[in-house]
Amino acid sequence: MRFEVAASVAEAVRMLAAEPGTTRVLAGGTDVLVQLRSGLVEPDLVVDIKRIDGMREIRAEDGGFRIGAAVSGAELGEDAGVRALWPGVVEGMELIGSTQVQGRATLAGNLCNASPAADSVPAMVAADAVARVAGPAGERDVPVAQIPAGPGKTTLAKGEFIVSIFLPARPAGSADAYLRFIPRTEMDIAVCSAGVSLTIGGDGTCTAARVALGAVAPTVLLVPDAAAALIGSKLDDAALDALAAACSAAAKPIDDKRGTVAFRKKVAGVLARRAAVIAAERARG
Amino acid sequence: MALDKQTTAKREFKVVGTRPLRPDGVDKVTGKALYGADLTAPGMLVGKILRSPHPHARIRSIDTSAAEAAPGVKAVITHADFTLPDDEDMRDILVNCMAFNKALYDGHAVAAVAAISEAAAKAALKLIKVDYEVLPHVTDVDEAMKPDAPVIERGRQAETVGEGFSENVTSYCEFGHGDIEAGFTRADHVIERSFKTEATHQGYIEPHACLATFTTDGKADLWCCTQGQYMVRRVCSAIMDMEASQLRVTPSEIGGGFGGKTTVFIEPVALMLAKKSGRPVKIVMSRSDVLRASGPTCSSSMDVRIGMTKDGRITAGHAKLRYQGGAFPCGTVEMGAMAAFAAYDLEAVRTQGWNAMTNRPKQAAYRAPGAPMAIYAVESVVDELCQHLGLDPLDVRLKNAAKAGTKASYGVTFTDIGLSACLAAAKAHPHYAAPLGPGQGRGVSCGFWFNFGGDTCVTLNVNMDGTVSVTEGNPDIGGSRASIGMMAAEELGVPFDKVRTQVVDTASLGYNEVTDGSRVTFAVGLATIKAAQAAKAEMCRRAAMIWGIDAEAVTWEDGCAKPSGPNAGDFPPMTLAEIAAVSSQTGGPIAGHHEVNADGAGVSFGVHLVDVEVDPETGATKVLRYTVFQDAGKAVHPDYVEGQMQGGAVQGIGWALNEEYIYGEDGRLQNAGFLDYRVPVASDLPMIDTVILEIPNPGHPYGVRGVGETSIVPPLAAIANAVSRAAGVRLTELPMSPPRILAALDAARPKAAAE
Ligand SMILES: Cc1cc2nc3c(=O)[nH]c(=O)nc-3n(C[C@H](O)[C@H](O)[C@H](O)COP(=O)(O)OP(=O)(O)OC[C@H]3O[C@@H](n4cnc5c(N)ncnc54)[C@H](O)[C@@H]3O)c2cc1C
Repeated sequence: MRFEVAASVAEAVRMLAAEPGTTRVLAGGTDVLVQLRSGLVEPDLVVDIKRIDGMREIRAEDGGFRIGAAVSGAELGEDAGVRALWPGVVEGMELIGSTQVQGRATLAGNLCNASPAADSVPAMVAADAVARVAGPAGERDVPVAQIPAGPGKTTLAKGEFIVSIFLPARPAGSADAYLRFIPRTEMDIAVCSAGVSLTIGGDGTCTAARVALGAVAPTVLLVPDAAAALIGSKLDDAALDALAAACSAAAKPIDDKRGTVAFRKKVAGVLARRAAVIAAERARG
Repeated sequence: MALDKQTTAKREFKVVGTRPLRPDGVDKVTGKALYGADLTAPGMLVGKILRSPHPHARIRSIDTSAAEAAPGVKAVITHADFTLPDDEDMRDILVNCMAFNKALYDGHAVAAVAAISEAAAKAALKLIKVDYEVLPHVTDVDEAMKPDAPVIERGRQAETVGEGFSENVTSYCEFGHGDIEAGFTRADHVIERSFKTEATHQGYIEPHACLATFTTDGKADLWCCTQGQYMVRRVCSAIMDMEASQLRVTPSEIGGGFGGKTTVFIEPVALMLAKKSGRPVKIVMSRSDVLRASGPTCSSSMDVRIGMTKDGRITAGHAKLRYQGGAFPCGTVEMGAMAAFAAYDLEAVRTQGWNAMTNRPKQAAYRAPGAPMAIYAVESVVDELCQHLGLDPLDVRLKNAAKAGTKASYGVTFTDIGLSACLAAAKAHPHYAAPLGPGQGRGVSCGFWFNFGGDTCVTLNVNMDGTVSVTEGNPDIGGSRASIGMMAAEELGVPFDKVRTQVVDTASLGYNEVTDGSRVTFAVGLATIKAAQAAKAEMCRRAAMIWGIDAEAVTWEDGCAKPSGPNAGDFPPMTLAEIAAVSSQTGGPIAGHHEVNADGAGVSFGVHLVDVEVDPETGATKVLRYTVFQDAGKAVHPDYVEGQMQGGAVQGIGWALNEEYIYGEDGRLQNAGFLDYRVPVASDLPMIDTVILEIPNPGHPYGVRGVGETSIVPPLAAIANAVSRAAGVRLTELPMSPPRILAALDAARPKAAAE
C-alpha cells in the first residue's frame, strides 16, 4: 500500500487515475482507517486530500455555503452561518461518533462511504445539496442524492473525488431537521432516520418540502409523497399522519441485526413526523 | 473453620469503612499499569489464531505446509501438536482452545501461527488450508433439546436426563421441598409464563492477552491477563503435560473480567507455539475474537408457575429452566435452579434444570452465573401476580422474604441474612414514593447470590522500617488490594499507607482459587486478618523477650505491644515499628501466614428499584432513576462496594435492554463487535444510587460478605417489571430491544381497542 499526500486537486486526480489497483481518498479517515485495520479493504493507494488548498474552508456563495471536502464535523458545527441556514444538516453531521470523531469526520467522507445509514446524508438530500466532483475530465456538479449507488458503492468514476459540497440558498421561513433512531443514546448506527426540509409561508402554510429517509433502502430515499402531504397544509395532524404513512409506505428496509422490517417502516414514519414538527418550529423562528 | 462470633459484635473500626485512595489508581490513570498485552520479550513472535467460519463442521484435514514455508513464520500448530488429557474438564478446555476432529462453533480455533510480525502472521493464516465437511448446526436451546436436533457430541449425556431428549441434553437437576400441587390448589391466583433470555458477554474492555516463553529444559513462563494465575497454571500444566512447578504464571493488571477470565482461551496455544518455535510468543485477541470465541453466559428458556393468596402469600413455586452453555457440557443451570426461589420462604417449591449443548462458544462464568435469568423469570411472575391481585410489590416480597432460619429451596437453612432489611430500606426510600409521569413505570426485584470462600493463602511481612507488605494471590479486579491492605492495617493498628499489598506469581505463594464467587474481600481478607494476628502474636513474643516477661503477659493494642496483667504499666508500649527495627536482634524477620479453605462466605441479597419511560411509538426505553439496596455485611471500602453495586446494575441494564448474541440462519455470530453488541454507554444511564446495608456475616472476623455478584441479579426483572408496567404489556423475552417492545405494544393495541 502506498500513501500519498496530494498538494492540489489536479495532483490528486492524477494519482487516483494513474493507479490501476484499488484506491482510497483519505479525508478524516474515520471510515477508511477502521476498514484498513479490520482488513475489510486492502487498497494499493491512499491519497490524503486534507492538505489541498481550500479543502478545509467554508465559503458563502450565492446565498448558500460551499463546504470544502475536508471540513470536519466540529468545524461545520462552529459555523454560525451554516447552522442558521441548514440546522438539520449540521445536526445530522454532529450526531456522527464522538468528540474525537467529530474532529476528523467529513460530510463528503460520510457520503462517499456510502452507508445507507450515514447520518449526514438524509438531511443533505432533503436540502438538495450538490457535490462538486473533480476528475480527469474536469469538474462537474452532481446532486448529493446521486452519489451513493448502494451499500459501499458510489457513482464516482475512476480518478474522481468530491472537492466540495454546496448547500443552496433558501427563502425566509425555511428550516430543516434530522432525527435518527438508535437503541442507545450515542455511539451507534441509525436503525432508521429521517431528514425534513421545509418552507412555511406568511399564513402558516407549508409551501415547499423535501423528505428523505435513511437506513430503509440501499441508498437514502427521497419520498415525494411525504413532501406532498406537507405542501399546502398547515402541518395539522392529518397532514403529519399522511406524511408518516407515506414514509412508512415508501420505506423498503430489510430485517437484520439492527432492526426488523416492521420496526423500520413504522419508526421511519414516526421520525419523519417528529422531524417535520421540529423543522416547522425552527422555520417559524 | 470456627466462626468468629465474638469479634463481630459491634466492633469500632478505624480503617475499615473509610475511603482511602486506591493504591493502583495512579498507575492506571497515567497509563503505567501493565496489562496483558503490555509486556514484550527479546525475540518475541506474534501469535495468531485461525478460526472456523462454520458453526459445525468435521475437519477432514488441515494443510499447513504453505504457511510453514512462508517468510517469517517460525511455528504453525494444530490439534495434532496436543495430546488430549485424561481429565474430562481439561479435555473440554483444550478442545475449546483448539478444535480436534470438529469445529463446534463459528470462531472455534483450528490452527495457529507464530511469526516475526503481525503482517507475516496474518499472511500465513491465509495459507492454511482446512478441509471442512459442513454439518447441520443448532444455536437455540429449545431447538437443541429436540430429539431430532443435530448432535454436537455423542456420549456426554448423564443418566439422570431421562427419555425424549436429544443427546445434546447433558444434565438434569432438581431442587425443592413440599407438595407444590397442593400449594397451587391453595392459591387464589396462579400465573404461569414462559421466558427467554439471550446470551450476553461479560464485556470487559481488555481483550485476552498473554506472553509465553518455553526453555529447552522444559520450564515455562506465562504472563497473562486472568482472574486466577493458579487456575492458569493448573490447566496449562495439565494440557502441556508438565509439572506445575515448572510453569510460572504471572498475572498482569486486569481490565475487567466479571467471570470471563476464570478459564483459558489462548494460553495453551501461546505455550505450544513458544515450545515449538523456541521463541517467546505473544497472543492478543481482537474484539471480534473475544465475542466469537471467549465465553459469554448461557442463554435460557424457562417456564415459571407461582401461586399466591389474595393477601400476597406465595403458596407454591415451580420453575423449569433450560440453559445452553455452548458446545460442551455446562453446569450453570444448576446454580440457576438453586437460586431461582432463594429469596422466598416457601412451603412448596420445585425447580428443575436441563443443560443443552449447542453450536456456540463454551460459556464462561459471568457474575452470579446462572442466577440472573432464573430470578428474572421468578421475579417477573411475582410482579405480575402483584399487579393482578392489586398488591404492593415490596409488601408482597416482605411478606414472603427468606430470613434467618428459612429452609431455602436448595436445601440450606439460612443464618443472618439481609433481605428483609433491604426490602424495608427500599420501601422507606424517597425513590419508592416519588411520583411517576405518563408512560413511566417502576420495577422492583430481589436478587441473591451464594458467595464463595475457597482455598486461600496470604503472607504478611513486617518490614524493618515499620511498614507492612501483604502478599496475596488474587488478581485485583475491583479494588481488592485496597480492601485487603485496609484489613491488615486495621488488625495491626497501623495507618493504611504503611501497608502495601501485592498480587504475586504462582511461584511466590501457595494455591489461591480464582478471583470469583465474590470471594476475595471475604476469603483473602479473612486470611490477611489471620496472618496479621499471627504477626501480632510474634511481635508480642518479641516484646516479651525484650522486657523479660512471659509472652502471655503481652497484649496488642492500638498498633503497640503492651505489658498486661501483673506487668501492666511496667514498660512503655512498643510500636510495630520499634519491634520491627530490632527484629534482627530478637530472632530475625517477623511475618504472619495464613492458609485456609475458607467457608462461611455468607449469602448475599439485594433489592433494586428502577423507573423507566417507554416511548410508545418507537419502543425505546429510557432508564430514569435507579437505586440499589444491598447487604455488604461490612463495607470495607464503601467506594468499591458502591462501585460493585453500580457496575452490576449497569451490566444488568445492558442485558435487559440491548445486549445479545445474534446468530444468523447460517449459525454465524452477526454482531461480534462493540458497535452491534450494545453495552450501555454513559449517556444511557442515570446516576445509579446505592444504599449499603450492613448485616454482619458471622463467618468473617469483620462481618464481611462478598458484594461482587448479587448486583447483576435483580436488574433483569426490575427493568422488565418497570417496562411491562410502563408499556401496559408483559415482556417475557430479553433483551427488551426497541423492535421487541414495539412489536409487543403493537400486538396489544388492537386487543386493547377491542376490549
Ligand atoms: C467511533 C465512530 C463512530 C461513528 N459514528 C457514526 C455515526 O454516528 N453516523 C455515521 O453516519 N457515521 C459514523 N461513523 C463513520 C464515519 O465517521 C463517518 O462516515 C464520517 O463522516 C466519514 O468521514 P471521513 O472524513 O472520516 O471519511 P474517510 O474515512 O476519510 O472516508 C470515507 C470514505 O469516503 C471516501 N472519501 C472520503 N472523502 C472523499 C472525497 N472527498 N471524495 C471521494 N471519496 C471520498 C473514502 O475513500 C472512503 O471510502 C463513525 C465512525 C467511528 C470510527
